[in-house]
Amino acid sequence: MNAAEVLRFALRGLAANKMRSALTMLGILIGVAAVILLVAIGEGASQQIQQNIQRLGANSLTITPSTAGGGGGPGGGFARAAGGRGGGGQAGRQNSGPRIQAKNLTVDDARALADPANAPSVKSVSPVVTAQSQTATYEGASYSISQLVGTYPSYFEASNKPVAKGAYFYNDDVLAARKVVVIGQTVAENLFGTVDPLGKQITVSGVPFTVVGVLKEAGSSGFQDADDVAIAPLPAVQQSLTGFGPLGQILVQAKSAEAVDAAQTEVTEVLDQRHGITNAAGADYRILNQATLQETVSAATGTFTVLLGAVAAISLLVGGIGITNIMLVTVTERTREIGIRKAIGAPKGAILGQFLAEATMLSLVGGLIGVLIAVIGAQFTIAGVQPVIVPTSIALALGVSIAIGLFFGSYPANRAAGLRPIEALRFE
Amino acid sequence: MRAGPPPVLGPPVLDLSHVTKVYGEGETAVHALRGVSLRVERGDYVAIMGASGSGKSTLMNIVGCLDIPSGGTYHLDGTDVGGLDERRLAIVRNRKLGFVFQSFNLIPRMSAVANVELPLAYGGVKAAERRRRALAALDRVGLADRVHHQPNELSGGQQQRVAVARALVTAPTLLLADEPTGALDSKSSEDVMNIFDRLSASGRTLVVITHEEEVAAHAKRVVRLMDGRIVEDARTTPVGGLPPRLAEVAS
Repeated sequence: MNAAEVLRFALRGLAANKMRSALTMLGILIGVAAVILLVAIGEGASQQIQQNIQRLGANSLTITPSTAGGGGGPGGGFARAAGGRGGGGQAGRQNSGPRIQAKNLTVDDARALADPANAPSVKSVSPVVTAQSQTATYEGASYSISQLVGTYPSYFEASNKPVAKGAYFYNDDVLAARKVVVIGQTVAENLFGTVDPLGKQITVSGVPFTVVGVLKEAGSSGFQDADDVAIAPLPAVQQSLTGFGPLGQILVQAKSAEAVDAAQTEVTEVLDQRHGITNAAGADYRILNQATLQETVSAATGTFTVLLGAVAAISLLVGGIGITNIMLVTVTERTREIGIRKAIGAPKGAILGQFLAEATMLSLVGGLIGVLIAVIGAQFTIAGVQPVIVPTSIALALGVSIAIGLFFGSYPANRAAGLRPIEALRFE
Repeated sequence: MRAGPPPVLGPPVLDLSHVTKVYGEGETAVHALRGVSLRVERGDYVAIMGASGSGKSTLMNIVGCLDIPSGGTYHLDGTDVGGLDERRLAIVRNRKLGFVFQSFNLIPRMSAVANVELPLAYGGVKAAERRRRALAALDRVGLADRVHHQPNELSGGQQQRVAVARALVTAPTLLLADEPTGALDSKSSEDVMNIFDRLSASGRTLVVITHEEEVAAHAKRVVRLMDGRIVEDARTTPVGGLPPRLAEVAS
C-alpha cells in the first residue's frame, strides 16, 4: 500500500459524493480566500496610506502655527495648508488654556531655522503661505485653484513635487518677487487643455503670473487632489494675494532620514527660544514629523490587517469543523465498507491514511481554489483599495488548510481505523 | 476431470482446540461456543452446519480472525493466531484467508476488477501484477466479460462470483464462505457451488458455513454444531478425493 494508492482511494471516496465534497470544500475555500484577500486589502490600504504620506515629502518636518483661540489672525485656512491636514490645526484650537501670547510663524523664524549654527541637521527651510480657492483665468478659461502656494524653491524638493515640464523658479525670482508660477496637472488641464502652458500668462485674482513649469502628476491622495495646486515665489504671493501676514507653515527638510529626529529637536529649540516658550504644553506651533506619522500609521494599519486576518481565520476554522462533520458522516455511512476492507486485510494504517487523505484533500483542494479566487479577486479594486497579495499569507493559509484537514480529519479517521471488523460488517 | 491432488504434508490449515467464546458477563453471559475442537487438513472441503444460534457465525468469525476466542487455542496454518496483535491479524487475513460473505460485501462504486484487486493492493502487490492476477481470478469464475462493471450493474450471482474471485486472488491457505448461497436463487447458487467444487478439486482448502443441506452435500466432510458444541462430524469423501458432486459427474 503506497501513498499513491492511498490517494487514489481517497479520491474515489470523494468522487462518490461530489456534491457533499464540493460543499465541504466551499467552507475551506471561503476561509482561505477570505484570509488572503482581507490581508491583501489591509496591505493594500497600508501601502496606499504610506504612499500618500511619502508624497508629502521625504525627511521633512512641517511646522504649523497652533494659535489657540488668541490672536485672531489668519484663522484656520492657513493652518490647513498642504502638509498639515493631519489635523494639527483643529487639535490645537481645542486647547484654549491661558497662554502668554501666541506668536505667529514668520519669515524671520524661517531664517533662524535656516542658520546652520542653530540647526545643523536642517538641509533647507521653506516658508509657506497658502491662498485657498484662487480663481485663475487664461484666455477666457477660468478655474478655481484650490491651493496657491507661495514659497521658496527648496519647497519643491522638500515636499516631493518634481516638475514634469519647464522648470522651478529660482531664488532670484523670490528676491525680485517675480510673478512666475508652477502649476499642477489638474490646473494645467483645466486652464490650457491641450495648449502648452509654458511661457503663457494666467491671471490669478487679477494679478498676472507667467507659467514656468508644470508639476509631475501626483494623483489624488484621499479627498484632496494633489495636482490641484499652483506654486509661486513667496513675496509675489504675499504682495498680490495674501498680504505680508504670518506664514501658513514652514517646511523643513532634514539632511537625511536619520537626521529627521535631530532636526526636530533643533527646530523645537530654536522656535521655543524665539517664541519664549518654556514648557511643551504652551507651544504655539506644532511640528508634524513625516517619519513619526508613517510609523504611527503603519502600526495602525498593521493592527487593522491583523484584525481582518483574524476575522477571516474564524471562517477558516468554521470550514475545518465542516470537514470534521462531513467526515464523521462519511465514516458512519461507510462503516460497512471499512469492515469489508478490514476483513480482506487492510491494515489500520491504510484505513487511517485513506480517511485522513480524504479530509486533507478536501481542505487542500478547497484551499488551492481559495488561493486562486483570492488572487483573481485581488486584481480588482475593492472598496477603493487595490489589494496587495502578501505571499506569506498564501503560504500560511494553504499550510493552515492542510493542517486543518489533518487535524479535523484525524478524529473521524481514527474512529474509522479503530472500528472492529465484525461490528463494522454487521453494521447496516 | 482430472483427479484430485494427493494430500499435502505440513501443519493442518485449521487447528482449533477447546475454543470457547462468551459474550457479556455474569448473569447475562451468552456462551456462543462451549469448547470446539476442529482440525482441517490441507485440501479438505468442510461444511459447518447448524441452526441459527448454534454458534456457527461465531465460529466463522473466530476462524476468519475477525474475532478472538475467550478460551482455547487456534492455529491457522501453524501460526498461533491468539498471540497476534491487530497489525499481524490484518496481515494474516490478507495473506492466508479469503472471505465469501452471504451479502457479497463488494465495495460499491468500484468496478469488479478493482474490487478483486483490493486485497492485493493491501498486500503490497505492484499495480501491473495486481491487474493481471485480478483478471485471471475473474476469468476463473467466468466473469471475464464483466470486469469493468460496478457491483450495482451485476446480478446477485455475478456479485457473489466477483466476491469469490476476490477471495481467491491472494491464493489464500483457506477459503472461508459464510452462507455463500443465502442470498442467491437456485441457478446462481448452483454456479457458485460449482466454482467451489472446482476449487476443491484443484486442491484448495474450503470451509463453508451453511444451514442448507443442498450446499453441505457438496462438501467432503460435514460438521454439525448445536448449542456451541460439535455434535456430528461426518466425512463423505477422503481429503485427497474429488468433492462428491464432481465425483458423481466424473463417474
